[in-house]
Amino acid sequence: MSDTSLSRQPIEVRFRGGGFAPRAHRWVGLAVFVVLIGFVEWATRSGFITSLTLPKPSDVLATLVELWQSGLFLKHMVPSLSRLAVGAVCGASVGICVGVLIGLFSYVRAGLVPLTAALFPIPKIALLPLFVIWFGIDEGSKYALIAFGTFTPTVVATYGAVDNVDRSLIRMGQSFGLSWFSIVRKIVLPGAMPGILSGLRISLAIAIILLVAAEMLGAQYGIGAYILEAGSLYDLERLFAGVVILSLLGVLTSGAIGIIERRVLDWRS
Amino acid sequence: MDIRLDGISHSYGETEVLRDISLDVKSGQMVCLVGPSGCGKSTLLRFLGGLERPTAGRVLQLGAPPEGCLNPLTYVFQDFALLPWRSVRGNISLVLEDHGIRGARAEAIIADVLARTKLTDFAQALPKQLSGGMKQRVAIARALAVKPAVMLMDEPLSALDSQTRELLMDDLVALWDRQPFTAVYVTHNLAEAVRLGHRIVVLSRRPGQVCEVVEIAKPLAERGYADPELEKVQKHLWTLMRDEARAADEELLNV
Repeated sequence: MSDTSLSRQPIEVRFRGGGFAPRAHRWVGLAVFVVLIGFVEWATRSGFITSLTLPKPSDVLATLVELWQSGLFLKHMVPSLSRLAVGAVCGASVGICVGVLIGLFSYVRAGLVPLTAALFPIPKIALLPLFVIWFGIDEGSKYALIAFGTFTPTVVATYGAVDNVDRSLIRMGQSFGLSWFSIVRKIVLPGAMPGILSGLRISLAIAIILLVAAEMLGAQYGIGAYILEAGSLYDLERLFAGVVILSLLGVLTSGAIGIIERRVLDWRS
Repeated sequence: MDIRLDGISHSYGETEVLRDISLDVKSGQMVCLVGPSGCGKSTLLRFLGGLERPTAGRVLQLGAPPEGCLNPLTYVFQDFALLPWRSVRGNISLVLEDHGIRGARAEAIIADVLARTKLTDFAQALPKQLSGGMKQRVAIARALAVKPAVMLMDEPLSALDSQTRELLMDDLVALWDRQPFTAVYVTHNLAEAVRLGHRIVVLSRRPGQVCEVVEIAKPLAERGYADPELEKVQKHLWTLMRDEARAADEELLNV
């Protein structure tokens, strides 16, 4: 070190930390929607986008209002929601049970993991005709399709979650002489809860996708039937109205799971 | 209730971890196990509580556990092993529920152990709200709740900073002084060993064998921070262990 280097002006250390830490900015998401819809509205009005390509957002809104006023909204929503509820509840609950069994028993794991891997990539939509033969063209085949579609991702998420439960907590349970059943109920299941819930987020989104597929055959009412009918008539306003309803349904289920997570998992730091 | 290790040997595959260890743990005594890392002291503790089986030898309980003892051999773990989704009270009631102790009886036990570990005000707190020292106090309270005959402590203070460690050592001494308990205390920290041990068992490096047993007659309550008498013992222990520790450190791991 010479004297010249010491007498030089001090340089402030450059800040190079920060970032990589997501923060909540609620209004940004809303702003993106508003800007996008505003742009489409402007573009369709000015003729920048032809009405054959995209419907006017205000027309879609008008269609939605009309749908509500004519009472058809509920007529479509009630069967759709009940199909979604029955199918998703069946698929998710059986999926959680099977996932927990895979997580707990080596033989079940050895037997069912390859089977799940084989079932997972099958496009369930392709099986709709088969389900119609098996379960009838009425509600049965629709429940089955949605249930089957939610089942596989739930299984995979659940056994992954059970595998990730801290083994030292299980050893602790054993060292205090807890019964096997107590360890499963009080340590394994609560410990697997975060993973199961995040798996459920994906499963429910898949259930909504499959709802439309399920209503392809033998459904007079239902959001899926409504969209498919509008699509085959190239009625873009109604098509988009239906899509908006499905999007909102997705946002609502995801929000509901978020609320459950905040309630059940408030112990997470 | 005393506990006896009778000719314990153990190997993981080709690797011999422990060789012919025999040891008696007398009731009301704290026995510290020290040794270089990888000498199998934690493995030995897992044998003591029946969480693992030795290749050869037996662990024997001599005499019946005291009246009201729910879980004779009870661990305190290095990583606390608290359920993060249960409050302090819930974590303690967890180990009582399986013995059918609920309601007022459980409340009485929980209140008693929380008072003994100075945690009464924190009964409703979740583990994430507690510091490391507090978490280990909860774990100790949970262990006391089942009235153990022998406490098996696996480096209970190793995850804590040195100041918290001093505080908790004082707490353990006070706890023992009020109501002597039997404990096997595994540590690699010689200062903890001379502070808390009535007997200190020094293990050699792998394969672990008992290389010396040091008895300290001075009562726990009279041992203080930086006690010259204890420093002498600690120095002696360190001369016993230094070369072993260095050799263990330089060993290649066979994994």
